[in-house]
Amino acid sequence: MSDAALIESPVLERVLHEALARGGDMAEIFAEDRQSQGAALDDRRIEELSSGRERGAGIRVVVGETTGFAHTADLSEAGLLAAAEAAAAVAREGGSGVRTVVLGARSAVGPTATEMPESVTKATKLELLGRADDAARSTGDAISQVQVGYGDSRRRVLIANSDGLLAEDDLVRTRFSVVCIATGDTGMQTGYESLARTEGFEVFERVDVDEIARVAAGRALSKLSARPAPSGELPVVLAGGSGGILFHEACGHGLEADHIVKDTSVYVGQIGQMVASPLVTLVDDGTVGGEWGAFRVDDEGRPAARNVLIENGVLTDYMWDWLRARKEGRLSSGNGRRQSYQHLPMVRMTNTFVLAGESDPDEIVAQTPKGVYVAKLGGGQVNTTTGDFVFGTTEAYLIENGHITEPLRDANLIGNGPEVLRRIDAVATDFATTPGTCGKDGQSVPVGCGQPTLRISGVTVGGTAA
Amino acid sequence: MSELPDLARTIVERAEGSEAVEAYLARGHDTEIRVFDGEVESLSSATSAGVGIRVILPGESGEGNRLGFAWAGSLDADVVDATLAEARDNARYATPDPDVVLAEPDGRAAVEVDLWDETLEKLATQEKVAMALELERAVRGADPHIRQVSSADYGDGSVEVALASTTGITAFTRRTSAFLSVSAIAGEGADSQTGGGFSVGRGPGSLDPDVAAHDAVLRAVRMLGATKAKSGRCTVVFDPRVVSTLLSVISSAMSGEAVVKGRSFFAGRLGESIAVPSVTLVDDPTDPRAYGAATYDAEGLACRRNALIEAGVLQGFLYDTVSARRGGTTSTGSAVRGGYAGTPGAGCRALVLEPGHLDQDAVLASVGEGLFVQSVTGVHSGVNAVSGDFSVGAEGLMIRDGKLAEPVREVTVASTLQRMLQSILHIGSDLQWLPGIAAGQTLAIADMQLSGD
Repeated sequence: MSDAALIESPVLERVLHEALARGGDMAEIFAEDRQSQGAALDDRRIEELSSGRERGAGIRVVVGETTGFAHTADLSEAGLLAAAEAAAAVAREGGSGVRTVVLGARSAVGPTATEMPESVTKATKLELLGRADDAARSTGDAISQVQVGYGDSRRRVLIANSDGLLAEDDLVRTRFSVVCIATGDTGMQTGYESLARTEGFEVFERVDVDEIARVAAGRALSKLSARPAPSGELPVVLAGGSGGILFHEACGHGLEADHIVKDTSVYVGQIGQMVASPLVTLVDDGTVGGEWGAFRVDDEGRPAARNVLIENGVLTDYMWDWLRARKEGRLSSGNGRRQSYQHLPMVRMTNTFVLAGESDPDEIVAQTPKGVYVAKLGGGQVNTTTGDFVFGTTEAYLIENGHITEPLRDANLIGNGPEVLRRIDAVATDFATTPGTCGKDGQSVPVGCGQPTLRISGVTVGGTAA
Repeated sequence: MSELPDLARTIVERAEGSEAVEAYLARGHDTEIRVFDGEVESLSSATSAGVGIRVILPGESGEGNRLGFAWAGSLDADVVDATLAEARDNARYATPDPDVVLAEPDGRAAVEVDLWDETLEKLATQEKVAMALELERAVRGADPHIRQVSSADYGDGSVEVALASTTGITAFTRRTSAFLSVSAIAGEGADSQTGGGFSVGRGPGSLDPDVAAHDAVLRAVRMLGATKAKSGRCTVVFDPRVVSTLLSVISSAMSGEAVVKGRSFFAGRLGESIAVPSVTLVDDPTDPRAYGAATYDAEGLACRRNALIEAGVLQGFLYDTVSARRGGTTSTGSAVRGGYAGTPGAGCRALVLEPGHLDQDAVLASVGEGLFVQSVTGVHSGVNAVSGDFSVGAEGLMIRDGKLAEPVREVTVASTLQRMLQSILHIGSDLQWLPGIAAGQTLAIADMQLSGD
């Protein structure tokens, strides 16, 4: 992949000019060149090494409240002009007229990696998979199956719009995951662990894939002797870094401005009000280098930002993209993201963190007579209008008399966002982050989550044990 | 006629020596329209195309074959060249395996399913916009409790796929689809509840905005005033849409790949009773009524009807070519793939649970007391198709005296998939052909754990 601009500025200027020829408030070109490699080990075999390449541009034209959008895999001037014309079809004939577009100077950025994926041999990447397989299987004979996945990608993007904005980013991402199955008298159980960073292959100098494999295997093994999770409302302690998915679902999505401007969030009209326990400070921060949801500019060309959403329990702001910010006469908060050039941008989270508190994590458990300790969460889902959300456990234990005791089988927990946020009664010092994939309206983007150990005084645990 | 089949052939003809090559080409055109508050919010229209190439290098002296894969979002000649070279290079690194082969024609005649609606390409964009606007109006005007329509969408697409291989496979298929979908919000005082509705078909003529609107409004309005329920064990009646989701999850344990790799709780249970005797489950992509109907599978073999469960007894699994060889059997024509960027695996396309004799009202009357679930959340986080553990968020209405009663939200229902199959009380007669890989009907399951207060 070369470092030259994906599209030269004079071409961008002509295409933007053409996109607004029939009127319109804003035209934008989002060009992307993504190269990826994936490898899968399953059933003791390297089953597949795959390579992918995607290149193209999405063009949008905004006219009043209406957005026209088209995309093309043809980055020539002719291809871009055809897409511009299709996107401009929403502009009414004889609109507000022609405007000359002059773009700012190009300021190229380097990749987010010191060891580029393309500089690493395929054999070196595959060696990691075999090591992880061995490490997982060495944890016990009960480990009956292991899947290991490796993936890297380099995503170069260029954004230019009719306001003269010209921005670029060059994101290298690396992920590694292990799924283990343990088989025992009670059937099969699964354990999962992953690493995902906005970095290159240098991440493996710091991170030991054997350890990722052992953690995944340990989760599967411990659940072989697990009892069914309880049923009903209980105190729940979430371990630091167990997956800040709780906040991503409980309030993150509800603070996205597209839900706010359409009045489809429980957090509409709550700015300045107490929406959470005073122990909660929530930030969305796209600037944290290396985190899975980090970038230099968002997919609308706005610089990544650290946005405080809830401060000591008080709602301070929502998250904004260009379109929704424009309605409110303010600037985007750097939360305009899209899955690829084939998608329109929308308001998305980046890395969403609950900041560390002052309690000792062990003390929080010790002061919980009865409850559930969640060491690792899986995914979740929210209805932003009602605030009801679920999140699944993949490693959890009973807390009895202030001690972590028996392992529990997987279950979903269900709560209502505003209620659960108020019920957080302890926040510890041990902040840690985890990567995730967030799906919204059919688009997936990488996000980070982070949180210290904390306790919810009561949330419904959806197990089968009465 | 499309030039994709010829292009696929020319790629395959470039196989070197004794290597096997398969080319999968797809091109599609999509339109998506979202309206809000009587205006077009967004209108997208685009064509995309891509290629996925598998190369298999034969092993020396029977040590096994090695597979490499590469894909690209373009059909330009230079891109296709680079993709073939990359797939070939990737193959050098795979672990040799004698079971890794491409599909070969198996003599099974293809059942031609017509999935192409000519009217789609003739429909003007303005008419598509009008359908979305009509849908939004229908929801807003249906009930005084509707206080917002968060989105009303029209979408359509057409896709053509060509497949060719050095092992003698050639297949060309094309399909169209169209949908309307809407999200409604009902309100009363501080209470807000949501409901979704949709209508899908091969073309715009089979879409019914009134059905989509009615479903969205009914589901939102009847949830007003919902509260948490008391925890306890009860009979749960699932809405057809939810049953379609449940069948999809269960079907992943019937993939031959999961079976041969020790990831299915059904492994080793062929011929055993795994469900109550009223359960007969088939995957039949040759039925044109099924959303996932298809003439060929993702390796170019004829799709066929496969019985999975008959009268409660496990009859078989679904195989693609490689998992079949590993399992000592032959492909059931069940290869699926996620477009040109994915490789084939075994999976369902058109699951149907044989309908019973009671409609939804009769099922409710027969159950008497329990919980009716109209939608579930957290299926990806709370249902484990390997262990069978099942726990999902649910909303719906209590069943009292055989009728739907007060609404319930923020609860979970839990059990295990194995136990649920053995606890089915009634299978409804109200079969609905839904989008996705499974049809659905009302289903009553005894003795599930409800978690609430």
